[in-house]
Amino acid sequence: MVDGAIRYTAGIYRTCRHENATQPDIKEYRKESGRNGITMNTRGLRSQLRDSVPVAGLCPQGAYGVQDSLRSGFSSVKNELLPSHPLELSEKNFQLNKDKINFSTLRNIQGLHAPLKLQMEYRAARQIQRLPFLQSSNLALDTLQGSDEAIGFEDILNDPAQSEMMGEPHMMVEYKLGLL
Amino acid sequence: MALSNVLETPAAGFNFDNAARNAALEGLFEGGLKPKPLKTGTTIAGVVFKDGVVLGADTRATSSEVVADKMCAKIHYIAPNIYCCGAGTAADTEKTTELVSSNLTIFSLNSGRNPRVVMAVNILQDMLYRYHGQIGANLILGGVDCTGNHLYTVGPYGSVDKVPYLAMGSGDLAALGILEDGFKPDLELEKAKELVRGAIHAGIMSDLGSGNNIDICVVTRQGVDYIRPYQESEFKDNRKMKYKYRPGTTSVLTEKVVPLKLEVVQETVQRMDTA
Repeated sequence: MVDGAIRYTAGIYRTCRHENATQPDIKEYRKESGRNGITMNTRGLRSQLRDSVPVAGLCPQGAYGVQDSLRSGFSSVKNELLPSHPLELSEKNFQLNKDKINFSTLRNIQGLHAPLKLQMEYRAARQIQRLPFLQSSNLALDTLQGSDEAIGFEDILNDPAQSEMMGEPHMMVEYKLGLL
Repeated sequence: MALSNVLETPAAGFNFDNAARNAALEGLFEGGLKPKPLKTGTTIAGVVFKDGVVLGADTRATSSEVVADKMCAKIHYIAPNIYCCGAGTAADTEKTTELVSSNLTIFSLNSGRNPRVVMAVNILQDMLYRYHGQIGANLILGGVDCTGNHLYTVGPYGSVDKVPYLAMGSGDLAALGILEDGFKPDLELEKAKELVRGAIHAGIMSDLGSGNNIDICVVTRQGVDYIRPYQESEFKDNRKMKYKYRPGTTSVLTEKVVPLKLEVVQETVQRMDTA
C-alpha cells in the first residue's frame, strides 16, 4: 500500500517536471539534458563550476612545449600530472583563492554591488601596464589590493624586475597583440 | 603557446623548479646517501615578570655535527618593544622575523601607533600557516605594549599559544623543568633573569645542540636591555697564535708602475632645480 503511494507520487512528479521544464535553446544545455527524456536544469551546476578556481595543469617546461631533459630530467607521467612540491599548486593559486573567498564573503554581507564595483576597479587598474617586455610597477593594483603596505616573500625573492632574462621586444609585442 | 623567444617571466616569490629535479634525483640515491636538510639545536626560553618580559637563548648554531657559529644571535628585533627568539632553521627564523619587523614598521609609520605583540603573532601565524610548515621557524615572541606584558609561542605550522613562561628548541625539556620548578607570577627582575639563566644553562648542559654563551634580553615599558653575553661559558679556547700574516711575508720580486694619463676632454655643468 505504501509502496504504491510512493510510486504514484514519483510518477506525478516526473510528469510534472516533464511538462513544466523549459526547453533549452543553447547547444550545451541540450547536450547535458535529455538523457533519460528528463530535462535537467543545469544552471546551478554551471555556477558551481564557475566558482571553482582553475588549477592549471603542468605542461612540460621547455622551449616549444617539449620536455627539457637537461634542466628537468626525464619526463614521466607522474611528474607532469602532480606537482613535486606540496606547496606548488597552493602557492600558484593563493592570490586567486584569497580574492575568491573575500569577494564571496563581501557579496554575502553587502550584496552583489560591493564585489562588482571592486572588481571593476581591479580590471581597470590591471590594464595600466607598460609594454610587454618591460616590468610594470602595478602601482594602482597594489594600492587597491593593499599590498603596497605589506612586505612578503614575493617582494624579496625572485623579483621579476631583476630577472636575468629579457624577452625579445618585437616578439613580445607581437605575441601580446596576437599577430604572431 | 610555447615559443622560445616569448618569455613568460616567472612569478615572484618561491620558485619550485628544483623540486622536480630533486624528486628525479631521489630515485638515484636509494637510501642513506641522500643529502639531509640541516637542523640546528637550540635552547630558548622566556618568562613574564612583574614589569615586562625576559627572553633568553644560547648562542650555538650547529650544522649537523659541527658547531657552525659559537656566537650567533638568536634573539631578534621585531619592534622597539617586541623581541623574538627563534629556534629551528636559522635562515627561516631570521628572514621571517625580518619580514614581520618590516611589516610592523610600515604599520606604525602609517598609523602613528606602537605595534602590539598580538599583531606580530597574527602576521606570523598567517604567514607560517600559508606555507604549511615548510618554513621551519619555532618562535617565542615577547613584548610590552599598552595592553600589558605578553609572551607568545608560534609553531612552524602556525599554532599559537599564550603562556607566562616558555621554552623551545631541542633543549626545551631540560629548560622547562627548571622553569616549572622556579616560576611564580610577578617575579622581580633579578629573580626572573636568574630563572631564565638557569633554564638556558640546564638546556646547554643536557643538549648537544645548545652551548657556548647565554644571551638575555629584558623588555620593559622603560626600554630594552639586551645583554649579550649574559654569561660566558668557561670552556673557551685560547688561540695561541694569530692567523694573520705580517706585511713582508711574501717577498716582492719586481715592481712596475705605469701612470695613467687623463686629460679633461669636455666639461658640462648642469644645475639641479632645487626649488
